[in-house]
Amino acid sequence: MNDAAIPGNGEYKWVGKRTIRPDGVDKVTGRAAYGADFSLPGMLYGAVLRSPHAHARILKIDTSKAEALKGVKAVITAADWPEIPASEATKGTAPVNFQHLSDNLMARKKVLYDGHGVAAVAATSLAIAKRAAKLIEVEYEVLPHVIDVLEASKPDAPLLHDDLYTSGLDEKPAKPSNLARKVAFGIGDIDAGFKAADAVIEREYTTKPVHQGYIEPSACVANMSEDGTSTVWSSSQGQYMIRQYCAGLLEVPASNIRVTPAEIGGGFGGKTTVWLEPHALLLSKKAGHPVQMTMTRDEGFRAYGPTSGAWMKIKIGAKKDGTIVAGQAEYMFQAGAYAGSPVQLACMCGFTPYDIPNVESIGYDVVVNRPKATAYRAPGAPIGAYGIASALDELARELKIDPMEMRLKNAAKQGTKTSYGPTLGVVGNIETMTAAKEHPHYSAPLGENQGRGVASGFWFNVGGETSVAVSLLEDGTVMVTSGSPDIGGSRASLCSMAAEVLGTDVKNVKAIIADTSSLAYNRHTGGSRVTFAAGIVVIEATRDIVQQLRERAAMIWDIDVDAVVWEEGEARPAGPNAGEFEPLTLADIAGKTIETGGPIGARRSKNVQAPGPAFGTHIVDVEVDRETGHVKILRYTAVQDVGKAVHPSYVEGQIQGGAAQGIGWALNEEYIYDEKGRMENPGFLDYRIPVASDLPMIEAVMVEVANPTHPFGVRGVGEVPIIPPMAAIANAIEDAIGVRMKDLPMSPPKVLAAIDAAG
Amino acid sequence: MATVILNREIARQFTDGATEIDVVSDNIRAVIRELDARFPGVGAVLRHDMAVAIDGEIYQDVLLEPVGPNSEVAFIPAIEGG
Repeated sequence: MNDAAIPGNGEYKWVGKRTIRPDGVDKVTGRAAYGADFSLPGMLYGAVLRSPHAHARILKIDTSKAEALKGVKAVITAADWPEIPASEATKGTAPVNFQHLSDNLMARKKVLYDGHGVAAVAATSLAIAKRAAKLIEVEYEVLPHVIDVLEASKPDAPLLHDDLYTSGLDEKPAKPSNLARKVAFGIGDIDAGFKAADAVIEREYTTKPVHQGYIEPSACVANMSEDGTSTVWSSSQGQYMIRQYCAGLLEVPASNIRVTPAEIGGGFGGKTTVWLEPHALLLSKKAGHPVQMTMTRDEGFRAYGPTSGAWMKIKIGAKKDGTIVAGQAEYMFQAGAYAGSPVQLACMCGFTPYDIPNVESIGYDVVVNRPKATAYRAPGAPIGAYGIASALDELARELKIDPMEMRLKNAAKQGTKTSYGPTLGVVGNIETMTAAKEHPHYSAPLGENQGRGVASGFWFNVGGETSVAVSLLEDGTVMVTSGSPDIGGSRASLCSMAAEVLGTDVKNVKAIIADTSSLAYNRHTGGSRVTFAAGIVVIEATRDIVQQLRERAAMIWDIDVDAVVWEEGEARPAGPNAGEFEPLTLADIAGKTIETGGPIGARRSKNVQAPGPAFGTHIVDVEVDRETGHVKILRYTAVQDVGKAVHPSYVEGQIQGGAAQGIGWALNEEYIYDEKGRMENPGFLDYRIPVASDLPMIEAVMVEVANPTHPFGVRGVGEVPIIPPMAAIANAIEDAIGVRMKDLPMSPPKVLAAIDAAG
Repeated sequence: MATVILNREIARQFTDGATEIDVVSDNIRAVIRELDARFPGVGAVLRHDMAVAIDGEIYQDVLLEPVGPNSEVAFIPAIEGG
C-alpha cells in the first residue's frame, strides 16, 4: 500500500493551484525540441519501403539498384533483423510479443496490410533515401485479404497466419483461423436475469477503426558505434520502453542503448511502442553514421497505431421501475495483422458504471489485414461504452425513465461487485452522475431538431514501475528528475507535489524528464498513471529530503534530530526545550552541505500499486440538419471524478482533449479502404479530426472524490474522457430526430441515410 | 479466511467452475501456491500476465503484497492503458 495521506483536507498551498506551466514558454516560442529537431554531424536520413498490398507473399527482394544509387549508405530488409522464434517471443518484463513486433516492423515472409514495411534505406538526403526505396524491387504473390471483422471470422475467410489457433476455447480447434482469442467475464446467472426482466433491448452496433491523430509524427535519431554502443533521441511515451523493445528486437544488451526523450507532440497510446527506432539503429550500424527517421503522415495512418474497429451485440434487461437485472455483450474486435486488440478491456469496462447482478461479456480478438492495433486512450473502453450506453438509453426510453435517473438508479458504488471480479472501493461514480444531473446544462431548453444525450464511462487507471530523483541544488532550489515523458502536465504536477511536501514556493522546484541512463526503469506514460504513480514516488523521495534537511539542521545546531521540525520550508526547533535557533531555510542548509556531510538528494524506485479507478459522465446537446445530415455539437459538459486535481488547468485540458477526440470518433473519423484493402484517406484532409471551429467550449467539471491510496487523493484523469462521447452523441441524435445511429462514424451521409430510411 | 475470485475461464479450466475460493494464505505468492496445490496448473496461469485486486485495489506484478484474513483477492488480466 502507498504512503499515508498528507494533511490538508484537500486544501493545499500548491497542490490544486493553477501555477505557471513549466513547459509553456518553450512550447509557445518554438524552443521545445521534438523528435525531428535533433541532428548530429554526418547524419543520414532514413526512409521505409512499404507494401502496396493488403496481403501478399514476398517472393523476392532485390535491393541492388537502390544500393548502387549515389548517396545511399545502407539498405536493410528483414534479413538484417534477428529472426525471433515463437519460443523466444516473450522477453523479461516487456508486455509485448517480440516475434510479432519484429514482423510488424519489417515483413519477413508475407505482408499483412497496406503499408507493411519491407525494406529501409539510409542516404545522405531524404530525397535520395526515398528515391532509393523506390528502386528496391519486390516480387509479390498477391493473396486474398480481409478487413471486416465479421468476414474475417468466417471459416472460409482468407487466413493471415496458418499457425494461429483460437485460444480460450474448451478445446484447441482442429484448424487455424483468424480468431486469435476468446475471452469471457461474468457474474450471476444471465439467463435468470433476463427472465426476471420486464423489458429487454438487444441491438447490434459497429465502430470503425480510428487513429490517435497525434499531431507530431514519430521521429528519432539513432547512432550505433562500432562496438555496439547506441544512443537514440526519440519522441515517444517511454524512453525505457524504446530501450527495452530495441534491445529485445535487435538482441543487444539494454546497457548498450541510451535513449534520450524528446518533447512529445501527442501520443494518446499511439507512441507506446517502437516505430522507427529499430530501423534507425540497424541502418546506423550498417552505414556507420547516425540516422534520422521521421514518419510521414501517410505512414502514420497506414502503418502505425490505429485502434480497432468492432462489431458488438448488446442486450440489457430491466424491471419496469428501471432496475437493470441483466447485461450481456458480445464483442468482435479487429486486432490488425497480429493478435492483441483491446477487446478484453472492453469486456471488463463496459458494464462497470452500473450495479448489475447478472452480466456476461464475451470478446473475440480477430486478426485482419490492417496495421496492428495499438493502444488508444482507455483502450477498448470507448467501443464497449458506445454499445452499452446506447442500448441503455433505448431501454430508458422504452421504460419512459429519464436517462440520467436510469443511470443513477443503477449506479455502481463502493461495495459494488464488478463483472470482471473485484468489488469496487472508494469511487466517485454516483458523484459524477449527480453532478451531471444537477448541472444547469441538463435542464437547459432545447430547440427544434436539437437533442440531448448522456453517457458514462469507467477506466481502471494504472500505476507501475516508476523511478525518480529529487535533488537539493547548491542555492536551495530543487530539481525533480522523472523518467516518465510529460504528455499531460506531469512536470507541473510533480513540482507542485514536491513543493507542497517541502513547504517551498513552487517556483523553486523544476522538473526534467531524464534519459535512460539517469534513473532505474520507468513504465511508459500511459494508462493515466504518471501524476498518480510518479507523484507518489516524488512525495516519498521528497519526504526523504525533508528528513535529511532535519538531520543537517540538527547537526548545524548540535541538537538531536528529533528536536528539529520542518515547517513552511524551514527547519525550526521543535519547541522551547530544543533551544533557541534562527530557522534554517533550504538555501541556508544548501550552503552548508559540504560541512554537514555532502550533497542532499534522494532516489526512489517503486512498482506503484492501487491506482484507484475513475468514472465520468458526459452531457451533449446536438442539432441535426435534416437536409444534410450534419450534426453540430451545441454544448458539451464533461463531468469526471479526478480524485484531486493537482493542476486544474492541465486536468481540464485532459478532459477537454479526450472529449474532443471522442467527438471525432463519433462523428467523422474512420479508415476507408478500397476494394484492394488500401487505405484511401491517409491524411488529415480526408481523415477528418475535429478542429476548433467544429466544437463549442467543452466545459470540464471536476468532481473530487479523494483516492485513499494517494497522499493527495490523486486519480488518473487522461483516459476516462474519451469513453462516453460516442454514446452520448448517438443518444443526443435520437433525442433530436428520433433516429438511432448504430454504426460509427455518425457522419452526414450516414445520418442522412438513416433519416431517409426512417421516413 | 480470504476469498479468491477467479474469472469464469480460469474457473472452468481448473476449479470445476468455482469462481470463489476461500484461502488461508497471507500474501499473494502464498495464495498462488495454495491454489496451485489444490488446483494443479492454475498457479502458472495466475503468475502469467495477471494482476490482482485486493479489496478492490489493483496490484500488478506483485508477489509479497499482504492479504488480510477477510480480504477479497480477485485475479484479473493485467491492464495496459494508452
